[in-house]
Formats: sequence, C-alpha cells, structure tokens
Amino acid sequence: MERLFKIKKGLNINLDGVASQNMAAIPLSEEIAVQPTDFYGLVPHLEVKEGDRVKTGTPLFTDKATGRINICSPVSGTVKAIVRGERRKILRALISTDKEQAHESLAVPNLETCAPGDVLETLLKSGLFAFFRQRPYDIVASPDDKPKAIFVSAFSKMPLAADFSYVVKGQEDTFKLGIKALAKLAKVHLGICLDQINTSMLPVAEAEVSIFDGPNPSGNVGVQINHIDPVNKGEVVWTMGPEEVIFVGRLFKSGKLDLRRRIAIAGSGILNPQYAETLIGTPMKDILARNLKDTPGMRIIDGNPLVGTKSELNGFLGAHTTEVCVIPEGNDVHEMLGWIMPRTSEFSANRSYLSWIFGSKKSYDLDCRIKGGERAMIMSGEYDKVFPMDIYAGYLVKAIIAGDIDRQEALGIYEVAPEDFAVAEFVDSSKLELQHIVRQGLDILRKENA
Amino acid sequence: MLYDYIEKIRPHFNEGGKLHALRSVFEGFETFLFVPSQTSKSGVSIHDAIDSKRIMSFVVIALMPALLFGMYNIGYQNYTAAGVQASWLTMFFYGFMAMLPKIIVSYAVGLGIEFVSAQIKHEEIQEGYLVTGLLIPMIIPVGCPLWMLALAVAFSVIFAKEVFGGTGRNIFNPALVARAFLFFAYPAKMSGDKVWLAKDSIFGLGNNLPDTLTMATPLGEAAAGNTMNYDFYQYALGTIPGSIGETSVIAIALGALLLLITGIASWKTMLSVFVGGAVTAGLFNILGPDTTIAQMPWYDHLVLGGFCFGAVFMATDPVTSARTEPGKFIYGALIGILAIIIRVLNPGYPEGMMLAILFMNTFAPAIDYCFVQSNINKRAKRAKK
Repeated sequence: MERLFKIKKGLNINLDGVASQNMAAIPLSEEIAVQPTDFYGLVPHLEVKEGDRVKTGTPLFTDKATGRINICSPVSGTVKAIVRGERRKILRALISTDKEQAHESLAVPNLETCAPGDVLETLLKSGLFAFFRQRPYDIVASPDDKPKAIFVSAFSKMPLAADFSYVVKGQEDTFKLGIKALAKLAKVHLGICLDQINTSMLPVAEAEVSIFDGPNPSGNVGVQINHIDPVNKGEVVWTMGPEEVIFVGRLFKSGKLDLRRRIAIAGSGILNPQYAETLIGTPMKDILARNLKDTPGMRIIDGNPLVGTKSELNGFLGAHTTEVCVIPEGNDVHEMLGWIMPRTSEFSANRSYLSWIFGSKKSYDLDCRIKGGERAMIMSGEYDKVFPMDIYAGYLVKAIIAGDIDRQEALGIYEVAPEDFAVAEFVDSSKLELQHIVRQGLDILRKENA
Repeated sequence: MLYDYIEKIRPHFNEGGKLHALRSVFEGFETFLFVPSQTSKSGVSIHDAIDSKRIMSFVVIALMPALLFGMYNIGYQNYTAAGVQASWLTMFFYGFMAMLPKIIVSYAVGLGIEFVSAQIKHEEIQEGYLVTGLLIPMIIPVGCPLWMLALAVAFSVIFAKEVFGGTGRNIFNPALVARAFLFFAYPAKMSGDKVWLAKDSIFGLGNNLPDTLTMATPLGEAAAGNTMNYDFYQYALGTIPGSIGETSVIAIALGALLLLITGIASWKTMLSVFVGGAVTAGLFNILGPDTTIAQMPWYDHLVLGGFCFGAVFMATDPVTSARTEPGKFIYGALIGILAIIIRVLNPGYPEGMMLAILFMNTFAPAIDYCFVQSNINKRAKRAKK
C-alpha cells in the first residue's frame, strides 16, 4: 500500500519559459563528449587512447578505486581527443560519431532467475552502475557496499525541471523493468507526486511506492529518504534518477546500452521551450540550435536554475542532466535603490516584496544576479522554512563552516546532499553559497573517514 | 548616468588607488545606490531578491511611526509642562529639533566605527547599524546629553558587536547594551524624575523650563508607590513621559504590523512576550504583595514603559534571540515574565524590559541547545537501533 507524506516546508518558484509537451528530435551530433567529472567522486582511469575505435557500450574509463565501475561510450565512433584540465585532470573524452552506429553486445541475465550478483556485474560492465549515487557523501556508489535500500524519485519540483510523467510516456514498461532489475540489488523505494497516482507508470510491483505532496524540494530524493528511512551513520543507500532507471530497463530489454534521454529545453531565453530526445554528452550548440533568442547576455545552465551548473554554447549535456535552461545573466542590470523599491518583477519568499500578493500562478523572468552582499547568518528560520527534513539546516551549515566534524555527524550530514540546500540557498538573505559549503563539508568528511 | 560616474571613480578606491582608505565607504554607497550586479558563479543561478539591506530598511520603516510620535511627544510634554498652547505641528517641530542631533550623533559615531572596521577587515559594510543607530536614540530619555550618547554608542558598537565579529555574530542586542551602559554609568541621567522633559527652547521653538521642574514616568510613579495621573487611553496613545520612542502603543503597533506582515520579526517571539507578561502581571494582581506596582492591572503593565517597544523591536532581533522555532516561544515568554518580575519585585528598576531582554540574550543559546540536542539525541538513538 502506498504511503502519503504531506510536506509543508518548501518553495515553488515559477519561471518563464516552461517547456511545452512537444518532443523535438535532435539529430546525432558529429561529436559527443563523455565527461567523467559528471560522476562525482569517481577518479577515472583512461581505457582508450586518441584514435581508438569505440562502439556504443565500450568502456572509456574505469574507476581507480575498485577498477570495476565502467564509464562507457554512448556512441560508436573514433576517440578524437582526451581533454585535460589543471594537474592533468581528465575533463572529457571527445568522440567523433560514426554514421552507422554499432553496439557492444552485452549478455544480460534473465531477471526472473538470475542472482543479484549477475545484475550487479551487468550494470558495472555496461557503465550504468556509474549512475548510482550514494548517501552519505553524494558520490558515485561503490559496488563493494551493501546498500540498505535504493531510492528513486519520479518527479522534480525544481523550477523549469523536466516533467518525468511526460518523459516516461510510452516507456512505462521499460521503466518498470529497470525498477525490477534494481530490486534484485536491494529494496527499492519509489517516490511519486500526487499527479502520478493514476498514470500508467503505476503499479510498480517491485518497489515500495510513497506519495509526496508538497512544494519544491519534495521531489528531491534526499527529502524522501529522510521521511521514509533516514540514513544513519555507517549505513549506505543508493539513489538513481528515474531517467537512468529507463536506461537500465532498456539494457535488460535489449542487451544494448542506450543513453538517449528526453530533456526539457526551457527558460526565458528559449524561443520554443519544449522537450527533446538526445544523447548524453551532446554539444549544447546542437541542443539549442535555432532555438536561442537573439538577446545578448544569456546564461546556459546544464540542469535547472537551482541545482544546475553554468555551461556555455560549447559545453556538453551532462550525464545526469534532465533539462537545459537559458535565462538572462543580468550582469548588465543596475537597479537603483533596490532596498526600498517595490521591484514587482522580482520574486521573493519574503513579504517585503509583493510576489506573495501576485499569487502562486505568476511566473517570473529572474536573472543570475546574487542581488545582495554576503553576510553572516542574520535571520533565523529562513532555511528551516524551505528545508523539509528533520535536520536543523542552519546549525548544520554552521558546523560545516566551523569544521566541527563530530557536530556535523550529530546534526545529520550523512543524510544530505548539496542539492537539498538549493532552495535554502535561493532564499538566503545572507547570500551564503550553501551548496558549495555542504559539498566541501562532505568532501572533507569523506577524506577523514577514509 | 550615475552608474557611469561610479564606474569612472571606482579605480581611485581600488587597491593602490589614492582613495583606497575610503574603499568601504565607497562600496557602502555604491551598493546603497545600486543592487550589486555580480552574478552567481556556482550553486544556484537565481537568487531571491531579499538581502540584508532590504530587511534592515524595513525595520527602519517600521520604527518610523514610533519615532515621529516620539518627536511630537517631546514637544507635547514641553508645552504642557510650560502651560503654553501650541499647534501639534509646532510641538512636532520642536521635538524634531530636539531629536535630530541625537540621531545624527548616533549614526555618525556608530557608522564611523562600522566603516573603519569594515575597512580593516576588508569586508563590506554591514547594515545592522542602520537599525541599531535609530533604536538607541529612541530608547533614552530626551534629557540624555549628546556626549553620553556618543560614548554609549561607541562602547556598544565596539564591545557588544565588533569584538564578536560584527552584525550576526553578537551575543547581546547592541542597542540595549548602549542603554544598559548609560543606565549603570550615568543613572542620574537615565532614570528618576529630571530627565523626561526637554527643557530648552530651540530656535525660538519650545519653552525654557526651570531645572527644578520634575516629571516622572507612570512606571516610576507606580514603583514609588504614588498614584498615577494618566488613564489607559493616554498610555495607548502615548502622551505620557518616557523614553522617546517607547510611549505610544498605537505607533509601535503600526510598526509591529509591518514587521509581522513581512515576516521580518517572528510572531512567535512577539506574541509570547506579551503572553508571558500578561500572565505574570495577572498572577501578581491576584497573589502579589500589596504594592501599587504589583496591583497595577495587567493590561497597564503591557502598555507602559518599554514593554511594547522591547517586545516588538528588541526581543525579535534575530541575531540575539533564540534561533530555533520552538525556542522562540520559550525565549519570548521568559522575557515577558522576567520583565514584570523585575518591575514588581525590584523597586530600584522600574523598567524591567531592558534587563529582561539582555538576560535572555544570554540564555537564548541555552534554549536553542535543548532543541538542537533533542534532534541530535533522536538521531543517535535511531542509529543504535
């Protein structure tokens, strides 16, 4: 039986340029990038060299820690270049694509009869295991761990985020097959929102389904874990994005790696906001071709405006990215006397602005200005209002800033990921970079505990 | 256009520029004029339009009704004591002229120290003093000399705020520290019956009053066991002697309304101060000793002295109050309870609000500790299972 969780805390932010439910086709690009940096916490070991021929599913990288997690090529083609950054860190492998696509053949076990170990080996070999993230630390999971459970959230309430209910249309069976495969590894929890109850995405026999009713960030898997079965010290849970569950489903259906995903292309800088089916690693210029407004000073975001990363026209679609957003950068805007003006085009959770009167339907065209100077934490309770977890967010952030590891543990750092602090970072009047702070805290903790 | 000018003069204030010593002042004015146009590098791309400038400005706006009424009341008290008829505008202007030097001194001294410390710490100017600098002149008697005010401001900004690291890191409310400093250093100028009247005429406005003329606050009278000459209506309106900003309940209520609607002040703290005070005063009414102040009706307690002003503008200071949501109820209630207890049981301090809030500032972290610790214990218990 499904459990219903009502979530009161949080904040929905309506932005201009929500993607309409149209699926555009993006032709296969001449060049695809595979970026190991998308798999946070994984130190890549290069398996190919420039000039090598690869097929879809050929391992390009393995992780140095276990040597078992592959990152595989999403296309067949030729390795054109290995791009390195500072201290020779591998940033990406560029692959020129072939006209005729060929796949590595992967033997997939029969899910009805196989052992959990067979599913794990298949996922590792195909490169799909790299899409598992773990809590604590919010990094790529380790195949040596025994996770307490696997959590999948089937919706996102982030501004401009892709609507999974639309993305999954026509692929429901593949999605369910993916869940079935994950259920071989550990107990699977699926979080859905109210709108998804009567869709053909359900029933999912192999997962325990929980319904979450509430504003952003109720779609964050971290919030759902905190309500269903919080992570304790010494425990590990794995998470996977719902689109990536579809990858798993495709693998077990056809024995082929297929990393095409349906992303939303959204934001006020887009001519025709809609969905598109494309491969991960596709160049942004191909995704946004003929769909960018002619206005200068726009920011391209790989992801949504709260948890996405700043990208550019010669960037590439990230491995986990479910939407690409284009919004004004705003660094040429000089608003006078902002501390007293009504500023009706601005959105705020605080009622010193008028957006609370305009209602929750109105959408805004926000730019990327920070709109204030960084301060010490002055206001109290700001984070708590938008942080629907049983954690004192402000105290945890202070413990991280102070570097007090015992206190971070006591206050629940093992349960959080940077993205859980995104809405708090948005509303913060002290303009602290909360996601960055939490990421640093998690990284230090991981080193200490290693 | 103005922005182009700022861009033109900016190089002078950068490292190595000839006006580098005024960098913090320049930045302070620039961000005052224009919303900073820096964009985010990492983390969220979009930000809420709120910032600490907006918050502090709204607190200043919320203080305006009480300030304007306080100015009028300075004139009203002067003309009434002299027995001279005058229009309300004349009274207001007299009060305005009496108040203006205090505000100027408070901001000049306080912001001066803030500018210097921002320059030393290579930080931006913090807006906290915009509020503190207006609060301090509003919570002193009109008879307090300017040099004392300057001394108190310097003491509180340096020792109550900057030594702890500036706005957001202080333990005690800086405005109340300034008042407490004056109260204990110069008690004759902060309490008693000689300080509540402006006694000099300014530019022909107002009346010169003899030095011997005295006037006590209603609370002072009650503490001394005298009968009080005012009624509840005057208490609420505020045409009574008292610290400049504290007398009018109606004006303070207007400010409270703004703070509560915008959510800048916590309703939890504010409400529980009043509940705590009402309950305690009510208990004294029923069970208390047979003194004038103990038997003063509970509703008079709430509208007299600094109770309302403290509850609305001081207890709700987010930095020095409890930071956990349930903690705010306890913090507020204890302020109300303590303020009345001090008033009733200690005749030396007819005004208990200042000491009650400072005392609870000390205990706010202890209250928070209990709630945070219970969250920690719950997590530890869950892990053991």
